[in-house]
Amino acid sequence: MKSSLAPFIALAVLALVPLMGIGNYPLHLLIMVLLWGYVYTSWSIMGRLGMVSFGHGAFLGIGAYVVVMGWNSYGLSPWFGVPIALALTAIVAFLIGYPCFRYKIVGHYFALVTLALSEVTRLIIVALRDQTGGSLGATPKTALAETSWSLGALQFSNKIVWFYVILVFWLLGLWVWKKVDESMGRLALEAISQEEDASASIGINVTRLKLGVTMISALMTCIGGALYAQYQLYVNPETVSGIGISLQMVFGVIAGGMYVRLGPTVGAAFTLLLAEGLRLGFGNKYHALDSTVYGLMLVLFIIYMPKGILGAAMEAMGKRSAPQPKPYSR
Amino acid sequence: MSEVFDIFLLESVLNGLLLGGLLALLSLGLNLIFGVIDVVWICYAELIMVGMYAVYYFHVVFGWPLLLAMLMGILIVAMAGAALHYFVIRPVLAAEPINQLLVTGGVLFFLQAAATLAFGIEFKNLGVTFPPIVVGDISFSMPRLIAFVTALAGMLGMYLFLTRTYIGTAIRAISQDRTIMPLMGVNPNRIFLVTSALGGGLAGLGACLLVLQYDIHPAIGLSFGPITFLICVLGGLGNMVGGFIAAFIFAQFISVGGFFFAIEWGYVIAFLFFIGMMFWRPQGLFTK
Repeated sequence: MKSSLAPFIALAVLALVPLMGIGNYPLHLLIMVLLWGYVYTSWSIMGRLGMVSFGHGAFLGIGAYVVVMGWNSYGLSPWFGVPIALALTAIVAFLIGYPCFRYKIVGHYFALVTLALSEVTRLIIVALRDQTGGSLGATPKTALAETSWSLGALQFSNKIVWFYVILVFWLLGLWVWKKVDESMGRLALEAISQEEDASASIGINVTRLKLGVTMISALMTCIGGALYAQYQLYVNPETVSGIGISLQMVFGVIAGGMYVRLGPTVGAAFTLLLAEGLRLGFGNKYHALDSTVYGLMLVLFIIYMPKGILGAAMEAMGKRSAPQPKPYSR
Repeated sequence: MSEVFDIFLLESVLNGLLLGGLLALLSLGLNLIFGVIDVVWICYAELIMVGMYAVYYFHVVFGWPLLLAMLMGILIVAMAGAALHYFVIRPVLAAEPINQLLVTGGVLFFLQAAATLAFGIEFKNLGVTFPPIVVGDISFSMPRLIAFVTALAGMLGMYLFLTRTYIGTAIRAISQDRTIMPLMGVNPNRIFLVTSALGGGLAGLGACLLVLQYDIHPAIGLSFGPITFLICVLGGLGNMVGGFIAAFIFAQFISVGGFFFAIEWGYVIAFLFFIGMMFWRPQGLFTK
């Protein structure tokens, strides 16, 4: 049953989809699924190891705003803006991660400390309203007035270009997940997420490993923020930072399944299609009906299906090739 | 010049004190729940939002007298708290602790979206105004003063309830030893349900005080929810006295920080202070 060719065939089909002349709207949905799939995957790289972060809105926000503000205020190309955003993200992730892991801030406390971080980022963006436009958001100055694409400004009017750019990053995210799995660090991480003191006693440097995974996750999320800003050509403090988007990431992942590689992507697809489906089905007459159903389903998921859609489906099919990690200890 | 400056600084310090009383009341309910049931209600501020809508509807739409509407508001949120425990928390009590945090986060989404669906995104307010109280050069807002006094009274009432009544004593006992008390004939499920209703009631009381000062909209919970959690964590989750003190510290940061810079910077400073403090005292400033 398990063919090594199947994933490649599926990927080839996926890569050809935009060339089949599907309309702009389905293509946009596909891009959004891949983009959020990438971001959710980035979150899960640390989340599935017991580090449930409510602070990834901070990294997403840094990625989006540093790049857009660099371009708008200083004419700085995103090619320079992204490295600056990554450097800033690395510093912030280190400053929050190192003390947390050093002083063993875990569980509720870790979640709430990181929650404070994402709120700080949102508030700083709003407070710097003279530069950022505050709650109204900001639009990158267009470089597409005369041309349909600008590599220097990282702006492309053609959605097909964006599809392939984001597809590459999505694949990269899945590849990083696999690499983390394969490395020695993963075995050690599974150990520390269950028995931190015992792991330390057999010579595992708990703090360093956790910090490494956190850095990877944060930097990937930062790139996701930059991609989102450049694709949408609009950023808003509420949609790229703060408690709202941070919770949304966590829940998307839970809905899809945190412990399987494609789970976060399934979560992204599920939440997006649910929202669009309800919107198309009921029109805009019932504002927020989609989120109401979504919230209700989340609660039911966490109570009755904590492994998520894909996790539960794979369990039902008995397709458990490897033992599932159980990242939390009671 | 400097005199004027000092008067305004004093005013923001005093306003911070009033805000502190209100924040202390908000964090009390959350702390009570955590101390007894060991669960963080991420959706706590959304329960307050429900209470604010309840007061608005009974008073403005159904035309009830304000105090009666407020009483109904408290009752409704108390029932919502009990329902939250019965339908959402109870099934996950044995699950991973982080799942308990996440499930109430799901409720947060649900309540926010359901409020948008039911009430729309328009800002609503009670339409009652109070004249400011002027003492010398300093002016206070009347609703803030009412909130401060009521919050203190509410906390005193809660203290007396927990220390002077049989069920209050049972609640404190459960929070101290969750495994032994069932053997002593205390039914933890009943205590949990009563505690959840009490926590909800405190959220309802908070709603009555907030509705006097702020417009109601579905996302209002997000504007004071995070601060309430951080106060509880800073004071040591479950530690009611710690939360009380932490509320006044936070309020001063917000009020005085907002006086020197802009209001967002006050919050930024308060949150950064919180992050810094967590590294110094990871289990809260006032560990039990």
